[in-house]
Amino acid sequence: MLKLVVCIKQIPRVTELPWDEKTGTLRRDLAAGMMNPACKHALEAALQIKETLSAKITVITMGPPSAEEILREALALGADEAILICDRLLAGSDTFATSLILKEAIQKKCPKFDLILCGAYTADSETAQVGPQLAEELDLPAAAYVEKLEIEGRTLRVRRLVDNFRETLEMEFPALVTISMENYKPRYTGLAGLENAFEENDIAVLDAKSLGFNAASIETKGSRTKVRKVFLRKAPKGNVILQGAASHVVNEFLDKYQRKIGTVIGKSIEEKNLNDKK
Amino acid sequence: MTKNRKKSIWVFGDYRNYYQNRVTLQLIARAVALAKTIDAEVCALIFGYEIDEWIMEYTAHGADRILAIDDPALKSYSTERYLAIIEKLAKERDPEIILIGATDFGREFAPRLAKRLKTGLSADCVGLEITEDGLLLQIAPSFGGNMLAEIVTEFHRPQMATVRPGTFKEIPHDYERTAIVERLPLMKGLPKPRVRLIEYERSIEKEHTIENASVIVCGGRGMGNKEKFKKLQELAKLLGGDVGATRPVVYAGWADHNVLVGQAGKHIKPKILFSFGISGAIQHTAGLGEADFIVAINKNPQATMLKMADVAVVGDASDVLNHLIKELRKRIRE
Repeated sequence: MLKLVVCIKQIPRVTELPWDEKTGTLRRDLAAGMMNPACKHALEAALQIKETLSAKITVITMGPPSAEEILREALALGADEAILICDRLLAGSDTFATSLILKEAIQKKCPKFDLILCGAYTADSETAQVGPQLAEELDLPAAAYVEKLEIEGRTLRVRRLVDNFRETLEMEFPALVTISMENYKPRYTGLAGLENAFEENDIAVLDAKSLGFNAASIETKGSRTKVRKVFLRKAPKGNVILQGAASHVVNEFLDKYQRKIGTVIGKSIEEKNLNDKK
Repeated sequence: MTKNRKKSIWVFGDYRNYYQNRVTLQLIARAVALAKTIDAEVCALIFGYEIDEWIMEYTAHGADRILAIDDPALKSYSTERYLAIIEKLAKERDPEIILIGATDFGREFAPRLAKRLKTGLSADCVGLEITEDGLLLQIAPSFGGNMLAEIVTEFHRPQMATVRPGTFKEIPHDYERTAIVERLPLMKGLPKPRVRLIEYERSIEKEHTIENASVIVCGGRGMGNKEKFKKLQELAKLLGGDVGATRPVVYAGWADHNVLVGQAGKHIKPKILFSFGISGAIQHTAGLGEADFIVAINKNPQATMLKMADVAVVGDASDVLNHLIKELRKRIRE
């Protein structure tokens, strides 16, 4: 039986962004969460493998207690086992620390994995770094931005589009892939499944201590980067404001920007006939 | 290790296609400016087979030193080989900073390299400065560029960043320039790559998707109703672009889920974005990335979308749309 591990992340729904001004990190405890879209695609890829081959899916996340919600969602969708890494000591980890912590958890709970799947990037911090760094931690062959997976025995074949090259790569298990949003469209969670998943109590919770970390070791082995400041990007440009009758505004706009638009669409846009202007 | 060696800023020579090569040139240019502040040299790394072209080009564009390994075994890009090579070189030479283009390759390769060198890395930076305390200040976007973070790697070296293409301007070439070119042999005993490249072909054109469309016409609730929303398709067609939608519009059934633009949907980066009747909630704007030129139409002059726009049109979205379609039909010449 194939052992699949899917790393997922809860990201804040961005209705409001509660930043901690002092530490420059997001107050994740204050934001309502959702499963990161690319992680959903990674889970879908695992579910599709399980539809054709004998496989067991373990989902794992690190986050505040509320991150349990996305594990329940994953269980409802068909994952078999869920692990929550949750400890205040681990809050504010950068990708270096996160990948280290994930490695410890995977080695503790499912050391005999065949394939680890991650989303290619998260919609909040967008680093796309945790997957490759986890591969490095576990010394695995890996491929990022994977669009299609095929498994034959112990061989994994992946297809992807990187820097305008269409590539087919092969590697042997155990391996790691990060899944792009091109393919593996996520299925929807049935409400019944979700309710069942909330009734069962099968989420393993790991804290820092159980993974062999304490405050001192997290300090030395953990994050390498420090966020000094976070700020909202200001309204970018001194913008041009047009108002008035729609026909007038449209003509003013096209006269002013006909060349710019023409260049982008590769056609020419005429200036307004002078007679019309009077 | 001799510590009297001059500090070095390394730029990874990513040259596999035209676009990747330009990023390398942009990074060399920025490294030249940063190097002045911290009294360092700029060193370009070039690994491959028959690479003289790149040695010449990176010298002409500002590198002080080139570390080159020219070997048939490096004919195609290999993350695993490059990792092993740079790991050895970095341990010998102790670079202060390593910059890598945020190409697809760079963003897969740099995280592994940072991990192997046990140092920090920030992703897809849109700015690099030197702080008063001499650190590399890495300015990285998050939430689709709505937020920026200033990041430093205080205690570990090298300081590493991947940098978004187009962030910096390359220095014009000067073929009179010279650099110290170190041609190194391929190290012996490198581990055999475990990832096998079976096939690859240059994809002439990325398949057309909303993510790479150069013109996008987005509509929100302010379009009024489904019929009026459908007219966005006409404008998109005239401009050779795609239609995008906000979440309320998708929920209302005016548009398909696969054109949802925003945090939970597609992330777009068009050259021109038309935004009709969209207020600009962050769930939506988090998907806008770096639209070059935004034209927003909204009744409410206080709408966030208007404030983000290059051209803000205050008016009824559907009304302006109809006039724009009519006027463009008259004016567009093939």
